[in-house]
Amino acid sequence: MRYRPALRPLIISLVFLFVALGSWEWSSQPPKATEALSEYELLMGGAEQEARVPPPSAVIIHAFNELSDPFYDAGPNDKGIGIQLAYSLYRVLTGFLLAALIAIPCGFVIGMFPVMHKAMNPYVQILKPISPLAWMPLALFIIKDSEASAIFVIFICSIWPMLINTAFGVANVRKDWINVARTHELSDMRTAFTVILPAAAPTILTGMRISIGIAWLVIVAAEMLVGGTGIGYYVWNEWNNLDLTSVIFAIMMIGIVGMMLDLILSSVSRWVAYEE
Amino acid sequence: MTYKSLGDPFNPDQSLLHEKGCSCTQCISENSKACGAQTLATESKPDRERLDTTEDMMDRVIESTIVRGVFAHNDFSRRSFLGLVGGGLTASILGSLIPFDEIKAAVKDSMGKLEKTKLNVGFVPITCATPIIMAHPLGFYSKYGLDVDVIKTAGWAVARDKSLAGEYDASHMLTPMPLAMSLGAGSAPTPYVMPTVENINGQAIVLHVDHKDKRDPKQWKGFKFGVPFEYSMHNFLLRYYVAEHGLDPDKDIQIRVVPPPEMVANLRAGNLDGYLSPDPFNQRAVWEKIGFIHILTKEIWEGHPCCAFACSKEFTNRYPNTYSALLKAIVDATHYSAKAENRIEISAAIAPKNYLNQPEPVIRQVLTGRYADGLGGIQDVPDRIDFDPFPWHSMAVWILTQMKRWGYIKGDLEYNKIAEAVYLASDAGAKMKELGYTPPTETYKNYTIMGKEFDYTKPEQYINSFAIRRM
Ligand SMILES: [Zn+2]
Repeated sequence: MRYRPALRPLIISLVFLFVALGSWEWSSQPPKATEALSEYELLMGGAEQEARVPPPSAVIIHAFNELSDPFYDAGPNDKGIGIQLAYSLYRVLTGFLLAALIAIPCGFVIGMFPVMHKAMNPYVQILKPISPLAWMPLALFIIKDSEASAIFVIFICSIWPMLINTAFGVANVRKDWINVARTHELSDMRTAFTVILPAAAPTILTGMRISIGIAWLVIVAAEMLVGGTGIGYYVWNEWNNLDLTSVIFAIMMIGIVGMMLDLILSSVSRWVAYEE
Repeated sequence: MTYKSLGDPFNPDQSLLHEKGCSCTQCISENSKACGAQTLATESKPDRERLDTTEDMMDRVIESTIVRGVFAHNDFSRRSFLGLVGGGLTASILGSLIPFDEIKAAVKDSMGKLEKTKLNVGFVPITCATPIIMAHPLGFYSKYGLDVDVIKTAGWAVARDKSLAGEYDASHMLTPMPLAMSLGAGSAPTPYVMPTVENINGQAIVLHVDHKDKRDPKQWKGFKFGVPFEYSMHNFLLRYYVAEHGLDPDKDIQIRVVPPPEMVANLRAGNLDGYLSPDPFNQRAVWEKIGFIHILTKEIWEGHPCCAFACSKEFTNRYPNTYSALLKAIVDATHYSAKAENRIEISAAIAPKNYLNQPEPVIRQVLTGRYADGLGGIQDVPDRIDFDPFPWHSMAVWILTQMKRWGYIKGDLEYNKIAEAVYLASDAGAKMKELGYTPPTETYKNYTIMGKEFDYTKPEQYINSFAIRRM
């Protein structure tokens, strides 16, 4: 077998993984019970003096069980991980698309006209840093619907990066390209779509990537607050039970789905970038 | 399930009066228990059928009413007639003359058509919610024609907001919440009603295991305590308890609102020194070896109310028949939950993910009252938590005095008027009676809380009698 240096990082990271998981597994084994438990020990949940972090083997077994039946529905408060993730994705995508629908055209206007930029900038600067979850009580009170409130929170948190990036991207389209368009006597609308949009697209997509990343982070917190369904509710429900195995599993699922969302948008932005 | 007042009207041995010396099987078995005679206690002549469902029970009520009517309410002549002719024959004779089935259907129909059958009822996952939850797997909701989804809610603020938004038709709440909501304390004023209490007792003060040597509240200066909500019995009982021990709850200790499920994690992290919270989180702290049970709240006030079943005034007005059916299901489930012999079965039913999502042994220790206290002992307190639907007006008055004492509400209060508008004792009483239970005849009574008398007729004097107060 030929030695291939390209494999070295892979081997090192695998060794690292095994050492880390192995020592975690080893350190979190409960001691074997030697005697029958007294009634008091039974009522205390065992003779051990402390609760432990679950070993990775427990997490893997749990993940296998959950993923082998991801779409079970055992009542309003007990649904499979697939259903929960679908609820969260639905909320994130709805809020995100609504935000995109408003942020991109507004960003366009702000980017094209410096006057608008000056006029709107103070509002954007004030509203942008507000924690999205701070909107929740207000949204619940005004919208009077927890589902719509959760989507609103996603909407409000994903609108700013898209708005700011679109405005920035549009404002920075090279002047000479626009002048070329002018000399070809293109209308403003056609200039916007055929020249500015393609030129600003990579920046706009960067904004969308930031937005969806934030939205996915916020939905977990929002669902923990409002409850009912979704991956955030799942985490809350298992936290409620202090079931760390499930919480660790959920954290992994949140990470994987978040990574996939980011991968989709980054491949779109690569595709857009080639167009240039 | 047998109900004394619902004897089989076609049984000649059974009196419908149940006077002293009555010879019906139930009265005999009760008397014989008193004498210690065991032979008679066996039910030699069982009822025609056991009244296992409310449907059967209602049928029985209607039959009984008709038969009593036929015999002109003369129980003696009914029994001698039945003795001669026989119960079965009488039933068929009367049946051929009187259309029992049609009458039964008509009576049930006269209770009214349900305006709305698909309901959402919220609950916070704690053992106090047992009746609301148990009505689901036990089929109490469906028995009254309702299709109810019981929905788990993250905390009290969300339960309140979802109720105000109309997402929940009715919800599990804390007994002070409907009062606060109606008065507009902590939210926009919305008329709320509380037809029943869920549970009495069932809370505890838990301290971190590091404080095993600090059992005297005087040593608690600087402690951080958690309560589940501002408008909760937990908050008012903790304040009352430390104040009786000379600590000012606003100055000498810190009280934080922590959603019940987060109590144990905060105790472990050292963010809290202790808490007065609903179960199972007290027992869960013991199970996790993080805390111990300092006292049960029944030691502060034996029989104090805790959680409630509440809905908006609008719901009761718009859907009177649905409201009535829902109330019956809850009253039924509350009485079911109160029976000690059902508690183990209930523990197993409410422990899974769909409801409380807790280890079953933890729930069982709470509901049966045989529990590890975290100090090395096993305690036996069968009424550690109990269930009693009757919403005493005097409970509301007490809660109002504490809200005023600690500055949550200000100004003059019409205690009785508010209590009677929000706590619907007459509705609960009527439903209890309909279902064959005996409601109390009064709606006010005095309490003794940590040895101090509460006189419901003198709320203002009561508030002024406390040395530590915010007004
Ligand atoms: Zn309670």
